[in-house]
Amino acid sequence: MGLKCLAQHYLKSTGPSFILTKKNKPLRRRTASLSKMEFVNPEGLRLDGRRPMEMRQLRAEIGVVSKADGSAVFEMGNTKVIAAVYGPREVQNRSQQSNDEALVRCEYSMANFSTGDRMRKPKGDRRSTEISMVIRQTMEACILTHLMPRSQIDIFVQVLQADGGTRSACINAATLALADAGIPMTDIVTSCSAGFLNGTPLLDLNYVEDSAGGPDVTVGILPKLDKVTLLQMDSKLQMETFETVMQLATEGCKAVASYIREVLLENTKQLESRRGV
Amino acid sequence: MRGLQLSLDKGQKLRFERAFEVLESLSSKSNSDASVIVADDISVNNEDAILKGHGTAEMNDRLVATLCGVVERVNKLVYVRPLRARYKPEIGDIIIGRVIEVAPKRWKLEINFSQDAVLMLSSMNLPDGIQRRRTAVDELNMRSIFEENDVICAEVRGFQHDGCLHLQARSQKYGKLKRGQLLTIPPYLVKRRKQHFHHLDQYGIDLILGCNGFVWVGEHVEVRDDMIEDLSDKSEQQKVKSWNTMGDEEVQEEYTPPDTRQNICRSANAIRVLSTLGFTITVEIITEIVELSKSMDLDVHEMLGAEFYVIVAEKEAERRSLPTKRR
Repeated sequence: MGLKCLAQHYLKSTGPSFILTKKNKPLRRRTASLSKMEFVNPEGLRLDGRRPMEMRQLRAEIGVVSKADGSAVFEMGNTKVIAAVYGPREVQNRSQQSNDEALVRCEYSMANFSTGDRMRKPKGDRRSTEISMVIRQTMEACILTHLMPRSQIDIFVQVLQADGGTRSACINAATLALADAGIPMTDIVTSCSAGFLNGTPLLDLNYVEDSAGGPDVTVGILPKLDKVTLLQMDSKLQMETFETVMQLATEGCKAVASYIREVLLENTKQLESRRGV
Repeated sequence: MRGLQLSLDKGQKLRFERAFEVLESLSSKSNSDASVIVADDISVNNEDAILKGHGTAEMNDRLVATLCGVVERVNKLVYVRPLRARYKPEIGDIIIGRVIEVAPKRWKLEINFSQDAVLMLSSMNLPDGIQRRRTAVDELNMRSIFEENDVICAEVRGFQHDGCLHLQARSQKYGKLKRGQLLTIPPYLVKRRKQHFHHLDQYGIDLILGCNGFVWVGEHVEVRDDMIEDLSDKSEQQKVKSWNTMGDEEVQEEYTPPDTRQNICRSANAIRVLSTLGFTITVEIITEIVELSKSMDLDVHEMLGAEFYVIVAEKEAERRSLPTKRR
């Protein structure tokens, strides 16, 4: 709500203070309203008061779904995502069973109340199918599937509050839930998005910045191995700027990773101390 | 905290936190920094001579964990013992499972493992206790032994060459479990011991702590092992049999006295409290908690109230701090 008011306020304000590069024609055409909008004010603050390279506040909680093998809630500012992992368990559809590796499935959904206007979308719309696939492929890359043959792992993620960057929040939540379920992985996957608005690279876009139509780069990395497992971008970017934006997103991923590790380690220590000898 | 939805007042919260602080300080004394999470480095002092166990992998010439858990070292072997994970069967484990499918010559059981376990008709004793080949008639009568949704106690026989897990129930102590409650707890809270079947005489109940995290609390049933009695005394066995087939006796057997029912619920609630708090579950601790609730004159349902959780946590902290003092 507050964000919407802020956006309207900024829409009223006149004239752009930053001019987009002239080479970037498609960007200018599509973002006619963007040019009017000021995403970074002269003091160098964004709409929600962050600096361009600042992330939103992170919060994570493990073990929120009692019946699931692993579960987690992950929050990035106002974006809130819940993930539950079931398995490894018996394969439901025999024909999909594989004798040398586990089957990984993922289902992404958005709660009706997650967005500003209450929406009622059918379950399998294109957007959620695409994100389900993206999450599945990202998680499959780090799960050691060959250790659990003839079984399946189900990952369910649901967006409870959407304020931009749901894709990355989902991946982070899924990682936490998988680690909680005791599923062997090579490394934890963390994800973060970055954008480029008003000639400034911005880290961790919120809904207003995301819907401005500028480039939105979502990056998923394996922080320990220093490998990229996910890279998605809307719209276009110049080579040089892309590199800085990508670099920024990677830094964001690393920050998320250090937070996730902290949460996991604390959880593990707590479980061990409770159990006793 | 996981699964714990209690409305604690201020004093209870403080006591709770204090109890957990005690537990934490006790565990940090015994093993410092053995906890690892996914992709953490495991320090290996003598580089060349180690064996990589479960939950570890080599990455860029370093040993890293692939699970969240505790690093264990046995001579040269280094492995990670996971905490929250599904059950990993070992041969000889006593487990409890639920029948989900009756298939040709076999039952499929859900045992909290990554696959369903298989109990072959040929790897269990028939109710008549005779050793013979299983015929087609036996196969048709399989539902008279176990049906879908029955709870069964069995032993892990091993992995077959095709990779599926086989069970066996070749003793009278295994088989269908009736008149009691099944509880599901995280498997890491059950320790492998010599004895998993417990008969709590004072309450008249049976307690089976399955290695797979399924716990059975039920009315005590006299185990009659046909095999053993067969060797010792045949006439006695027949006496037992005739006694069992008598009509009115059977009716009496079906009835569980209210006292026993209460005891079952009391023990079940004790296990519930312990598992939500994440404490190890053994018979001694369960009986201790049951006695505690009895001495406090609590009703069965009151055991799941906030106050009792706090008391159990405090009791556990006290119990664990005692032996260290003696040393």
